[in-house]
Amino acid sequence: MTLLELQRRMMTAVMQPLTSSGRIAPKTADGRPMKIEAGEFITPNSRLTSLERLEIYSRSYWYRALDSLYDDFPGLRAVLGQQAFHRLSRAYLAECPSRSFTLRNLGERLAGWLQRKPQYARRRHALALDMVRLEWAHIEAFDGAAEKALGPEDLIELGPDLRAGLQPYIRLLEFEYPVDKLLIQVNRASEEHEEASNAVLRQKHNGVEQRAIRLKRERTHLAVHRMDFTVYYRRIAAEEFRILNALREGQPVGHAIQCGFENSAASLDEQRRLLETWFAAWAELGWLCPPARVKKERVTT
Amino acid sequence: MPANRFNGFTDYGIGIGLRIPHYAHIFEKKPVVDWFEIISENYMIDGGRPLAALDLILERYRVVQHGVSTYFGSAEPLNREHLRRLKALVKRTNAPWLTDHLCWGSVDGTYNHDLLPMPYTFEAAEITARKVREARDFLEVPIAVENVSSYAEFHMSEMTEWEFLTEVLERADCGILLDVNNIYVSSRNHYFDPYDYLNSIPAERVAQIHIAGHSKFQKYILDTHDHPVIDPVWKMYEHAIRGIGPTATLLEWDDSVPSFEEVHAEALKAKRYIQAPATAGL
Repeated sequence: MTLLELQRRMMTAVMQPLTSSGRIAPKTADGRPMKIEAGEFITPNSRLTSLERLEIYSRSYWYRALDSLYDDFPGLRAVLGQQAFHRLSRAYLAECPSRSFTLRNLGERLAGWLQRKPQYARRRHALALDMVRLEWAHIEAFDGAAEKALGPEDLIELGPDLRAGLQPYIRLLEFEYPVDKLLIQVNRASEEHEEASNAVLRQKHNGVEQRAIRLKRERTHLAVHRMDFTVYYRRIAAEEFRILNALREGQPVGHAIQCGFENSAASLDEQRRLLETWFAAWAELGWLCPPARVKKERVTT
Repeated sequence: MPANRFNGFTDYGIGIGLRIPHYAHIFEKKPVVDWFEIISENYMIDGGRPLAALDLILERYRVVQHGVSTYFGSAEPLNREHLRRLKALVKRTNAPWLTDHLCWGSVDGTYNHDLLPMPYTFEAAEITARKVREARDFLEVPIAVENVSSYAEFHMSEMTEWEFLTEVLERADCGILLDVNNIYVSSRNHYFDPYDYLNSIPAERVAQIHIAGHSKFQKYILDTHDHPVIDPVWKMYEHAIRGIGPTATLLEWDDSVPSFEEVHAEALKAKRYIQAPATAGL
């Protein structure tokens, strides 16, 4: 057996989903007894069989990967409940194992996967999808690149034919549900975790889950951004959302504004007032940056 | 002996792992620490708080990078994106040497995120050594590989772990991050004498030493880094230092992390051995 052959066999065996009681899978992906598979490449000793030795690595892999998703998606847990979240995590990991050297990226394909797998969220599919997208955006906004921000003095020189970029760490999202509020509540409940008694915790946890169930649809546009290294969710108007997207795509400022107010009911005076407010806020938040150094990124909507 | 070409001819003393729960203490109290070891992958990102915190640390402290996912032992080629980010981090930290594990953890682009044990074969030694050389040439910094603790052995192995380690070290011409606790853990799991291991490694290649605690289960010992160092491991450390000479040493404590003072005090116990003169070779 070559090194590559051994590694393929062991990896496949280790990453086969555990049983519901947390033991190594009894059979390989192609139906062979795992006991025989393990014995073909792992030596036993007087205390552990080949299968038991393999099981140490299998459990270690699954616990690590499941813990990672558990930590990264507390909002999705609140939306689905613990058991459904666990089922979803197992299925996702079985189909989309890590393709990155860092566990940070373990959830990067979860939104796309869940889009194709509504059965894992059932009636809460749209809400769950919104939540996954927000939580993944949070991860990206936390440690995404930052360019030197354009200040108010730079914006004075900004004409309709010039271009401005959007900070790479900012994520622009459009939701069917106001998941930002829900996630803030979830995180707040989690922060109180260590200070509360178990009874109080259960009450709070149930409260958050109940709020998730009762959440009403409400079209929401959000900029997930960061300030002083803390991630924030800022509600933005639909027109503002469109302008920022157009700027990110590299459109000149004038064209971006045109895109933003296409079909808008706002009067010209109103548009002018809104633009002044938005550009001032973007400058204050450091959202705009020179376009040349910003890579075009696919906009999440 | 301690300052050698595998650790950039430095003499770093006793360090501890840089962990987030200790940030507030470090930034506020600015304790005297010889050096910090960072987990490279935690900082191989584009921006945000982790890099800002690292920059603050770098203003005051010496830092060495310890990786967990280069996977020199995986049969597949090195991940270029990983190397590119690692090199950017090396430029940021100015680490005089960097370390990662003598293990594998990826196949065909899929990652397990574990430190999986190597089969001790000549083929595996050659593949691993070639990848260490490639990484060193690209990163332009000395590399030391760490012996991992293991819970499984393979039918196809052709030599002992320490013979395999020496094969890799010599073929790659690289250093070793000698993890004394890992030797202890593996010796208990695989029934070998840990001193046979210690006495067999090429002492002149030791760039750094790791010490740590572990957890005992009914049928095996697990390298959990969540306890103080036990006496048998300190004895092995003493033996190693006697042969190698005072060597940059780091205490790993990654789970159930106690206060900064407690971790640092545990690490500083190594001083009693480091400050004793070297008297005999390994």
